[in-house]
Amino acid sequence: MDTILSIQNLSKTYQGAGRTLTVLHDISFSIAAGSTVSIVGPSGSGKTTLLGLCAGLDRATSGSVELNHVKLDQLSEDERAQVRNKYVGFIFQNFQLLPTLTALENVMVPLELRGEKNVKSRSRDLLEKAGLGDRLNHYPSQLSGGEQQRVSLARAFANNPKILFADEPTGNLDAETSDKVVKLLFDLNQEAGTTLIIVTHNLELAAMTSRIIRIKGGSIVGDEQRS
Amino acid sequence: MDRERFTYKKKINLPWLFTMAWRDSRRNRSRLLLFVSSIILGIAALVATFSFGYNLQNDIDKQAKTLVGADLVIQGNKPPTPQLQTILDSIGNERSQERSFASMVYFVKDSGTRLVQVRALDGSYPFYGELETTPASAGPHFRKGRNALVDKTLMLQFNASIGDSIQVGDIKFAITGTLNKAPGRNTISTTVAPPVYIPLQFLDSTGLVQKGSRIAYNYYYKFNNEADVDAVVRDLESKLDQESMDYDTVEERKRNTGRSFEDFTQFLSLISFVALLLGCIGVASAIHIYIREKISSIAILRCLGVNSTQAFFIYLIQIAGIGLLGSVLGAILGTLIQQILPTVLQDFLPVDVAVAVSWKAIAQGLALGLVISILFALLPLVSVRKVSPLYTLRISFEHARLRDPAKWIVYILIVGFVYGFCKWQIGSYMQAAAFTIGILIAFFILVLVARLLMWIVRRFFPGSWNYLWRQGFANLYRPNNQTITLVTTIGLGVAFIGTLYFIQGILINRVSLTASGNQPNMVLFDIQSGQKDSVADMAVQHGLPVVQQVPIVTMRIEEVNGMNAEDVRRDTSARISERAFEWEFRVTYRDTLTDSEKLTRGKLGAPVTSPNQPIYISVEEDYARRVRLQMGDTVLFNVQGTLVKTIIGSMRQVDWQRVQTNFRVVFPSGVLEEAPQFHVLITRVPSPEVSAKFQQAVVRRYPNISIIDLGLILSVLDDVLNKIGFVIRFMAGFSIITGLIVLIASVLISKFQRMQESVLLRTLGASRRQILIITALEYFFLGALASATGLLLAMAGSWALAKFSFEARFTPSWLPIILLFIIISSLTVLIGLINSRGVLNKPPLEVLRRE
Repeated sequence: MDTILSIQNLSKTYQGAGRTLTVLHDISFSIAAGSTVSIVGPSGSGKTTLLGLCAGLDRATSGSVELNHVKLDQLSEDERAQVRNKYVGFIFQNFQLLPTLTALENVMVPLELRGEKNVKSRSRDLLEKAGLGDRLNHYPSQLSGGEQQRVSLARAFANNPKILFADEPTGNLDAETSDKVVKLLFDLNQEAGTTLIIVTHNLELAAMTSRIIRIKGGSIVGDEQRS
Repeated sequence: MDRERFTYKKKINLPWLFTMAWRDSRRNRSRLLLFVSSIILGIAALVATFSFGYNLQNDIDKQAKTLVGADLVIQGNKPPTPQLQTILDSIGNERSQERSFASMVYFVKDSGTRLVQVRALDGSYPFYGELETTPASAGPHFRKGRNALVDKTLMLQFNASIGDSIQVGDIKFAITGTLNKAPGRNTISTTVAPPVYIPLQFLDSTGLVQKGSRIAYNYYYKFNNEADVDAVVRDLESKLDQESMDYDTVEERKRNTGRSFEDFTQFLSLISFVALLLGCIGVASAIHIYIREKISSIAILRCLGVNSTQAFFIYLIQIAGIGLLGSVLGAILGTLIQQILPTVLQDFLPVDVAVAVSWKAIAQGLALGLVISILFALLPLVSVRKVSPLYTLRISFEHARLRDPAKWIVYILIVGFVYGFCKWQIGSYMQAAAFTIGILIAFFILVLVARLLMWIVRRFFPGSWNYLWRQGFANLYRPNNQTITLVTTIGLGVAFIGTLYFIQGILINRVSLTASGNQPNMVLFDIQSGQKDSVADMAVQHGLPVVQQVPIVTMRIEEVNGMNAEDVRRDTSARISERAFEWEFRVTYRDTLTDSEKLTRGKLGAPVTSPNQPIYISVEEDYARRVRLQMGDTVLFNVQGTLVKTIIGSMRQVDWQRVQTNFRVVFPSGVLEEAPQFHVLITRVPSPEVSAKFQQAVVRRYPNISIIDLGLILSVLDDVLNKIGFVIRFMAGFSIITGLIVLIASVLISKFQRMQESVLLRTLGASRRQILIITALEYFFLGALASATGLLLAMAGSWALAKFSFEARFTPSWLPIILLFIIISSLTVLIGLINSRGVLNKPPLEVLRRE
């Protein structure tokens, strides 16, 4: 199977108040296209930092990140933005919808950015699939947490990403809503054949993926391939 | 899996950027409009000034002929030679002449006297426009008999009516009309000596034309063919020059009038520009907070693939949009205000100004508003390019890291723009630089004061003070404070208004000082030699002191060291300035110095007792420096036809501030006694009643004598300064109101910042009263500091102007200062409190939910 994400000797340190803080230490792994992977670990273990680096949101101190055969560390911030628009989808713990855009417009943005056609109908389809057909013109503040996360899911899948990064996708939701969102996430993922990387400390959610990478103190402490 | 190659394409999809800008602004439009309201008044003031300027220029061009009243005017201060007179009588298709001079007139019914400008006129001048009179027929008809047209201010002052008599010199004239307006003259120019028109044919009978009288000779011409004017002027120019006569054509007057009003409108536009700059600081500060609130949205967009340029443009489009909207509103308001300006300025205007919509002014206002709002918004806007997508994952991490070196480029652009605008308005590189630097220094001082205050409060504020006081003070330096913005904008506005007020005070004070105490306050001039002793006696009889009595002889320089004006003009290496020959001197003769003089070189010439004795004259030092005369130079004077050779024997320093006669050139006694001359007597009158009585007595006996009453001059000056002051204050008012709008905007913006804090305080149990006190204290400190700094700047500036420019003492009156301080501080508190009432009147939970 083709590799969609390849991480080699990745380290990230921060300089602050006269001392150096190493958040990630010499991390290497590869992820096959179409697989589902979860990165788990306790708070402060560096999982969100790792996600940021994998998705090209930040630059590593050393090491390399290759996403869909594009070496991110050699790109400028604007070039990485285009990589994200082309290949990457995001789901955040706090949904990160644009507050001044309606649900429909939020989903339309990645498609509009790519200059695609029929943006409105495709976005509407996605929202209907997410069960939000009657909430298209609502603003995020008029939606519940679960609804907002479903809009976020629709937006993440809008540009048919090759890889989807989800940062604690159920972290801000109650159990019942979480289940619905997780089901939707995996359904859409299966349908689109997207690689899914979930950062979470929810072991139940992690168990639903085919591979679990455990991280602690900035290093990988376990990499479990599941059937 | 496809292995497509990634290639970066930098694309700017403009329509999408506009759509996103529109969407993103959706829930903030009222706030954006509030930001931009700060520039509305600045643009309004500029559009009003520009429109007024263009309309004025337009009207001057249209009414230029009525400004002059003729195609050509030839003027001189002495009668032309018979040769020139022959030429003057032959040119033009229609001719008119006028003699004008200052003289006292006597209102028979009221027994009042007043210094006026007598204008003795013949022919049918004005050829263009008219002498506007009541009744209208009086203008053309007064020349038919012993009639006079009397200025309307005089008619009012002496309660005179048509048909009354007025005595000019030895004869009486019947007032046939009230003069409302004469070509090219505005109300202010005729305030000191209002005009009285009489027919020229009666001038000699008045007995006012005597040898030595200072009379202006004006010749007015109308040409059927306008092109002839230039030809005539070209032919005549050198002849007129030889006889020290001057000419004025419609084109010349158009240029001169246009130029002097250009200066004035430029000055007003600079005042307006300051209001605009203040507004822009408000915009920059508001956008700064706006962008900070938008960081998370920008980070999300960056995550979704928006590049830094696109993100920057989404917000730039929003700013440009509101900048344009603000400019449009400003232009509309400015066009409305423009209707008022001609009314406010009417006393100064020589033409009737139409209030037409000036599209040129509107276009300039719109362009200016758009450019300047973008420029100032760029300061916070460049940071947008630096917002990292990582912010979506780490809320607090990137918050303070929005510094961008590109800001320095923006600062340079702003300074460059301010300089460019000033250069455009003023035209002089140096003056534009001085204005720009002046504004920068004022900004710098205000920012420094604000920072200093924040530092002092943070460092030294006593921790033992009551909680409410501590909280109120702490708000001055905590994150998202408005201290620098408010201190700068309100401070600059106050400084501006304060300076204008103080300078007006200094000018009035200076004149008042000369008119107070035991200083002389009345000058009688044009006294003939035979009248000299009698007038002095009359003064003594009225109980008035004869402070000074001096003879005055008028003369011109013919040659210096054997070179005449023509030689100097030709010889480019000549030391003497050409200007030395242009001046008509009023010279006195005496053998002693007065107490306003000090010898700096040589000694005063000895009395001349024999015709062969060299004549040593004394020259005022500054004048000698200007025309480059030196000790020992021989100067040949033309004393009304007689040539007198002299040698510069001494130099004097003269204090020109005193109310007494001072002279550039003083002759020794024994030379000019027989020359045609008049005398000046200076006295001090204790009251307006004595002044009126004495003036009446003198004018009735000696109608040729003119009297200047300093009390009158003072009240005229006061009036003029008040009128000019009103116009300047009117325009400067825009700065103050802009300052207040910026204040309202800043307070409203900071309301969003303060809201959570106040709600938290209320949740923790703070009462409504406590929050009210904290808010009031914070805004009182801000308002008080801003106005105090502004006033101090104004006082420092006025002191410097008083000392170095006006050479006067600066003694500000404290009451208006304290009043201004209280008003501005209270307004700040009031606005702060009104805006905070949303937090105060609602339950904490409701506010929290809403936010």
